[in-house]
Amino acid sequence: MSALAALIRRDIRIALRVGGGALIGVLFFLTVVVLMPFAVGPDLALLTRLGPAILWLGALLASLLTLDRLFMADQEDGSLDLITMSRTPLELACAAKALAHWLAAGVPLIVATPVLGLLLNLDMLATAAVALTLLAGTPALTFTGMIGAALAVTLHRGGLLMAVLVLPLSIPVLIFGVAASQAAITGPLSFGAPFSILCALSLVSFVIGPLAAAASLRHGLD
Amino acid sequence: MLNQGTMTLIDLANPTRFLALTARVLPWLAGATVILLAIGLYQAALAPDDYQQGATVKIMFIHVPNAWLSMFVWGVMSLASLGTLVWRHPLADVAAKAAAPIGAAFTFLALVTGSLWGRPMWGTYWEWDARLTSVLILFLMYLGLIALWRAVEDPSRAARAAAVLTLVGAINLPIIKFSVDWWNTLHQPASVVRMGGSTLDRSFLIPLLVMAIGFTLLFLTLHLAAMRNEILRRRVRSLQMMQASRQAA
Repeated sequence: MSALAALIRRDIRIALRVGGGALIGVLFFLTVVVLMPFAVGPDLALLTRLGPAILWLGALLASLLTLDRLFMADQEDGSLDLITMSRTPLELACAAKALAHWLAAGVPLIVATPVLGLLLNLDMLATAAVALTLLAGTPALTFTGMIGAALAVTLHRGGLLMAVLVLPLSIPVLIFGVAASQAAITGPLSFGAPFSILCALSLVSFVIGPLAAAASLRHGLD
Repeated sequence: MLNQGTMTLIDLANPTRFLALTARVLPWLAGATVILLAIGLYQAALAPDDYQQGATVKIMFIHVPNAWLSMFVWGVMSLASLGTLVWRHPLADVAAKAAAPIGAAFTFLALVTGSLWGRPMWGTYWEWDARLTSVLILFLMYLGLIALWRAVEDPSRAARAAAVLTLVGAINLPIIKFSVDWWNTLHQPASVVRMGGSTLDRSFLIPLLVMAIGFTLLFLTLHLAAMRNEILRRRVRSLQMMQASRQAA
């Protein structure tokens, strides 16, 4: 247990220091959201309608693109071999690393949501709904994306290939995240059903993500 | 004592024996495929027109087998991936790799025939209908898997990565299907006209079943042939590597 806590602390500390690049995700999120009005026009009513979808797409891309280096940096300095060989089960170590990554890179995205909501002319309720659904949904993105990160490190390929492989898997999270935010803002459907499915998707990914990532690390690193 | 099933699987682990066996089986399979597809197409041509859809209903005899195989092939790849990760069967990754492009082709044909069918029925080539959308996502996942196979030079390394991804995909595909259904009912309530009759008449059902079996045999034929090609390709590759290292020494 203390080994896992130490791993989480270490990963967060590395991510927040110089060269960690956790906050680049927020900058990317901001840039994507700022690009949108240039594409669809500065029509505030339209932006209000598209707002939740834009925020969700931005958060999805930001949280998947920052995952690229989840295992890569550890492999470069050799600590990934130590983690693989240690007595802590690799599945739990993977889960700890993903949790640390979510705390360092996912939570800032949610914190930034209210500011970005202002840019998209979202009212208080809509912003709160999007932030709440992001809080429930981004763990699923991190834990599914971790599979791609593990494949990336075993294949020595990152970037576009991993994005292509992982993005289809994140479609359910996107659907239910946007559905729940829209339900909270405009109705007529209830907020509860899509939101609980979103939470369920996160819970399922807590199981599948670490198992698949650990399997791919165990079979791939030799 | 080993039962017959495991005996043959172990026998097949030897690529040379696999090549010898498939060389004998393949002509028969190919012949059966041709005969069944010929019978199926003949019956399909004779089948009566639908009272609502007219002659366009005949697209169904091609479309449905393709759609069924697009999912069946992913199932075959998942079994092969289990073979790679759990039993380390030497031919499992060959089977998985050979199946991916064939599955992608069936999925693509299902999409194209579906879209051609949709044009006279719905008045548009593409409708964000739940089924079309989830088949499109399946197609994207096939392409991603093929890209993964092509991105890595060492076949055994690529095999394990692709196996993990195939199994994750097998778990995720029902979830994706369910979410797309939800999304679709949310966005466009019942704007899509469904097929006329819900229960198929016998005059449609029998040709459809013959076509489905024919297409499954077609997949088996293509798959075994592609596996043979892959084994031979790997042999050529290792011979070239040996020659190159001998020249270097």
